[in-house]
Amino acid sequence: MKVALVGNPNTGKSTLFNALTGLNQKVGNFPGVTVDKKTGHCKLPDGSSIEIIDLPGCYSLYPKSKDEAVVLDVLVDENNSSHPDLIVVIADASNLKRNLLLYSQVADLHIPVILALNMIDIARKKQITIDVDQLAKELGVQVVPICARKGENIDLMKQAIANAPAVAIQKELVDLDAFLAPKVREKLSTLAAQKSSYAGLLLLKGHDLVSFLPHERQVKFDELIEEETIDRDSLQRKETLQRYQSIDKVLEKAVVRTPLSDQKDKVTNQLDFILTHRVWGFVSFFLILLFIFQAIFAWADYPMGLIEDFFAWVEETGKSYLPGGALTSLLLDGIIAGLGGILVFVPQIAILFGFIAILEDTGYMARIAFLMDKVMRKVGLNGKSVVPLIGGLACAVPSIMASRNIENWKDRIITIMVTPLMSCAARLPVYTLLISLVVPNEKVWGFFNLQGLALMAMYLLGVVAAIVVAWVMKLIIKTKERSYFIQELPIYRAPRWKNVFLTMYEKVKTFVFEVGKVIIAISIVLWVLASYGPPAKFEAVEEKYASETMLAEYPEEELEHMKSAELLENSYIGIVGKAIEPVIRPLGFDWKIGIALLTSFAAREVFVGTMATIYSVEEPEDDTSTIRQKMEAARFADTGEKVYTTATAFSLMVFYAFAMQCMSTVAVVYRETKGWKWPLIQIAYMTTMAYLASLLVYQLLR
Amino acid sequence: MNLTDLKIGQKGKIRDFADHELSIKLMEMGCLPGEIVSFDRVAPLGDPIAISISGYQLCLRKEEAAVILIERQP
Repeated sequence: MKVALVGNPNTGKSTLFNALTGLNQKVGNFPGVTVDKKTGHCKLPDGSSIEIIDLPGCYSLYPKSKDEAVVLDVLVDENNSSHPDLIVVIADASNLKRNLLLYSQVADLHIPVILALNMIDIARKKQITIDVDQLAKELGVQVVPICARKGENIDLMKQAIANAPAVAIQKELVDLDAFLAPKVREKLSTLAAQKSSYAGLLLLKGHDLVSFLPHERQVKFDELIEEETIDRDSLQRKETLQRYQSIDKVLEKAVVRTPLSDQKDKVTNQLDFILTHRVWGFVSFFLILLFIFQAIFAWADYPMGLIEDFFAWVEETGKSYLPGGALTSLLLDGIIAGLGGILVFVPQIAILFGFIAILEDTGYMARIAFLMDKVMRKVGLNGKSVVPLIGGLACAVPSIMASRNIENWKDRIITIMVTPLMSCAARLPVYTLLISLVVPNEKVWGFFNLQGLALMAMYLLGVVAAIVVAWVMKLIIKTKERSYFIQELPIYRAPRWKNVFLTMYEKVKTFVFEVGKVIIAISIVLWVLASYGPPAKFEAVEEKYASETMLAEYPEEELEHMKSAELLENSYIGIVGKAIEPVIRPLGFDWKIGIALLTSFAAREVFVGTMATIYSVEEPEDDTSTIRQKMEAARFADTGEKVYTTATAFSLMVFYAFAMQCMSTVAVVYRETKGWKWPLIQIAYMTTMAYLASLLVYQLLR
Repeated sequence: MNLTDLKIGQKGKIRDFADHELSIKLMEMGCLPGEIVSFDRVAPLGDPIAISISGYQLCLRKEEAAVILIERQP
């Protein structure tokens, strides 16, 4: 059996989903924002297992954005793989009238339905008493009061799902037949071919947003509208008003409000006084961001040290116990070194995702949109762009999907185009490594960590770049569609720690497995390309170092070192790196960095693993100093100057800040914009910007 | 008068909407004729604004608030 969860945003839909499915969820989604449907499994009291589908929050079934069209796709298209046998509508008990609008629409789809009343505790605080039995009688459905946050009555919910009737028995709240003339009604029902007449009405309005109708059928809807001169807006308006009238009648019988009920939430009011204050609003926003970045560095320091030590230990132990040879070298220098280079960043990524989940969960994210809408609008974005942009600090891929809730096409395209400029978690390892090489670990003014400040500067650079690019695009892209910004400001609540930890766990798991796969594959390929070269060249090097004169001139250790360096230079990857060196030398990069840039076009975080692979391949086998020390000691072969000077490190960071180095982002932009035009524009502008900015930085700092 | 004519802390009763397209979106979010709205606060940069309606808070831009026609309430 398939059960779909439907509800307004901020009604605790995802919390109920988590409570029902626990860890039995399929691939995760973005913290707080269910952008696509999410599925999981749940066991009922009778032992049977059912599939639960969490759909994006919406206020109405009439779609205005792509986001909301997903709901219509699943609920109306019977061939959809997630089309439910039962719908659970989650309603905020403290705001029942508006929530029942969606319920009454869903009820008309002729699919069995259950109403879950969430946040009963808040309703009680607002002095709203709901007669659950009366409400159930008026609507003709099972009504289950729950408190998803505290996990109360989840068992009742499961029982209700088990007891649900196989056919729809709910009462209809409006007379749908009254809206259209009989002749038009007939035409519409033949065209829509749906089991409920309401689905036809929904498609009359939203046929061009749903994905299951072929183009020919969409055109037929347009023809019908023209033929019969149907004014869809006033039709929808009439319907909405009638639904509210019926809901009022239901609520009159089932809900008791005391006169106090319009009282505002005191805590929220006081917090908003500060957090959206003229001055303190921005000050607190800035302080919160500063705190997050300081925390990422400070809290992650200790576990990162442990992970680093562990991998150094594995390599060392491996080298002393395993027989020498190509396989051992592949395992230790290729796979273990590559994996260690990236796993070390798990603590930082976990902390960042944790904070984003907290911002979303507490209700502060909506305030950031409120604070920033005016600025965002000036540069061609929308207050709602803030969620994808801040999410971009974690990962651009789910954030670009999260931009679906922006109704305006132009606002949405610009958001998609600039989101990858926000410094995502994958850049964090690159920044951390390079900053630790050239910025001293000191405190300034006895408080701020210098490395933390440098990191924050890199993040700010991403933000500034995003704003400037958005502004330029606003001037270039033309549209007639209007942009609007209407959103709910949910009351502040303590974060649900279980949800936060669940998100962190899920994100880290995805990161380790998904990214890990790519990194192992790239590590192996790199190791092969770095260990082998054209036989003639390799033989020449071997011969050179075996000659009597060389043996006499240098001590054995130095000879080994020089030989492995020369072998790497003559390997396949060395040849490629050398070939591109002239292009990147003006940016301060040597051919080894060139190799890392090439592999990074698959994904940025590969940089650290590549460096680990390249440098441990270069070193003689008994040397296991950590990657950081190896890079610090690196010198240009021709001039003898240090490779990682401040100028090079910052130039490299700027390159990573701007360049489009992520296959997954390209793929998701392609999917979301339905074509190659926008991803190609994005790759071109970002890479050009990266090259020019790096050039400027290196030449200025040199 | 419309919603933006209120001062912070003042209340009004929704009479009608000046824009057809936007009115549907507003009604779906609970702004209905007959409901009481109160003007709560303005964003630090002067726009958008936050309003309370039937017990919850909504924020919208001034140009959108201007679509909501009201009569003052004590």
